[in-house]
Amino acid sequence: MRSVRPYLTGAIALAVAAVVFVMPFVFVALQAVKSKSEASRLDFELPEHWLFWDNLVAVFKARDYQLVLAYFNSTLITVVSVAILILLSAMVGYVMQRRKTAWNRVAFAALFMGLMMPPAVVPTIGLLQDIGLFKTMTGMILIQVAYNLSFSVLLYRSFISTIPRDLDEAALIDGAKPRQIFFRVVLPLLKPVTVTNIVVQSIAIFNDFTNPLYYLPGKENVTVQLTLYNFQSMYSSQYNLLFMNILLVTIPPLIVFIFFNRQIVAGMTSGGVKG
Amino acid sequence: MTETRPHPRKSPYPLWFFIPAAIIYGVLFLFPTISSLWYSLTRWDLSTAQFIGLENFQQFFSEPFLVKGLVNTLIYAVTTSGLKTVCGLLLAVLLTSNIFARGFLRTLVFFPVLVSTIGIGITFTVMMHPTKGIINVTLETLGMPGPGWLTNPALALFSVALVDVWKGVGLATLIFIAGLAAISPDYYEAARIDGATRLQQFFRITLPLVRPATVIVVTLSLIGGLRSFDLIWAMTRGGPGFSSDVIASVIYKQYQAGFYGLSTAGNVILFALIAVIILPFTLWFNRREVEE
Repeated sequence: MRSVRPYLTGAIALAVAAVVFVMPFVFVALQAVKSKSEASRLDFELPEHWLFWDNLVAVFKARDYQLVLAYFNSTLITVVSVAILILLSAMVGYVMQRRKTAWNRVAFAALFMGLMMPPAVVPTIGLLQDIGLFKTMTGMILIQVAYNLSFSVLLYRSFISTIPRDLDEAALIDGAKPRQIFFRVVLPLLKPVTVTNIVVQSIAIFNDFTNPLYYLPGKENVTVQLTLYNFQSMYSSQYNLLFMNILLVTIPPLIVFIFFNRQIVAGMTSGGVKG
Repeated sequence: MTETRPHPRKSPYPLWFFIPAAIIYGVLFLFPTISSLWYSLTRWDLSTAQFIGLENFQQFFSEPFLVKGLVNTLIYAVTTSGLKTVCGLLLAVLLTSNIFARGFLRTLVFFPVLVSTIGIGITFTVMMHPTKGIINVTLETLGMPGPGWLTNPALALFSVALVDVWKGVGLATLIFIAGLAAISPDYYEAARIDGATRLQQFFRITLPLVRPATVIVVTLSLIGGLRSFDLIWAMTRGGPGFSSDVIASVIYKQYQAGFYGLSTAGNVILFALIAVIILPFTLWFNRREVEE
């Protein structure tokens, strides 16, 4: 029996969602293509002239092409820290799941603390200064690795429990060294959770604002989120450029989302609920 | 699941796999966290630390605006966590029911989770402008003059909390959808045969059986709420006055002002707050889990 009810509820839900979840993004896109005076009215009128390209160029040119530098810095931090994060957390998750030793309890307690506790910022700044990594890309990358490790390891650990040990043993009998078992046999099988990890962590690190604010001050170190924060005061009279900047910052996660939507959802739920 | 078997003399699972991660994590996260307990007891300029006992904490608790930050942190965490849990569950029930455009709706609700918090903060700050913002302009057209969302000290914290819920509810919904999917349809079948209403089914079947997901959502959103900084900083900088300051923004302000010891004491207070709230909750849940 077919009924109209699913369509009716669906239509109402769509209408509400359009207002609540779509409208803010339409608002951003609309302001981003307006002229300065039109954007200052902050309304939903369509622009008289579509200034997409002009505003785009203006935002990129601002402050000596600061946004270009910011994209470079943000991309570098994201790519390198995610790469390190993936390798190290897969290794830890693998041994934690497979080998039950006293170290597991220690590692688990430490990682659990990392999930819950906020980092102690000023002592970390002091430490980074002492070892010469404050205000450096290397320091920022290592910080991102340290802060996001817990989540990655726990995701890997729960996924590795679904891979049969028989595979490891078969490889062992075939004469593989422990290192080879991991890199040749196990790591390739972790691909689904690796993709999830890459997507989730790169979005988190790309969008991170607080840590660069603390650990990476300085004009030459600017990241994409920090440009937004800096432009907020600078462009308080030029909303068109401010919103063009927001639009540009929203595009990378949007692209990632379009390609990996399914994977994010599957990964988050399997890692989250089954523990 | 995993039976413990005697290890061969040389395990195929080398413990050195822990070492690189342990060094980075130990040096950059664990060590500063533990040393913060010491630095919070000092007057500190990043090079010399002079022990002053509990003076930083005394100062923290005797300054009304710092205590306000503590109270605001609790209000913010409870408000956002409560709303995310309730709205997330209701949305999840709606988005697992048989409705039109279900997949698209799920996508829509989840998308803000992935977008820059600062970008969202700025966007909503503009939309919440007391006279020009589209929220109040719309309300006025409907004959209801809107409040100063971010300019009214009594309201600012809650306005930011609402935006936080808007941004984060998609994650809660996602976790609840996974939780709901794990409930066997047989229960509902049986309930329908016994003549249970939809409401009865929700309270007697859905709610108890979705509890593992509820615990995850509440824990995650409480931790997130207690640590929250970037959205508040982007939208109000803790203002007007100190009306929307939370511990995390106090930590940043004291750091900027050069009060490193006091800033670190703020951090220790935040640790304590999270431990006091989250640990009993986790323990309580685990015990109930075992009993059942």
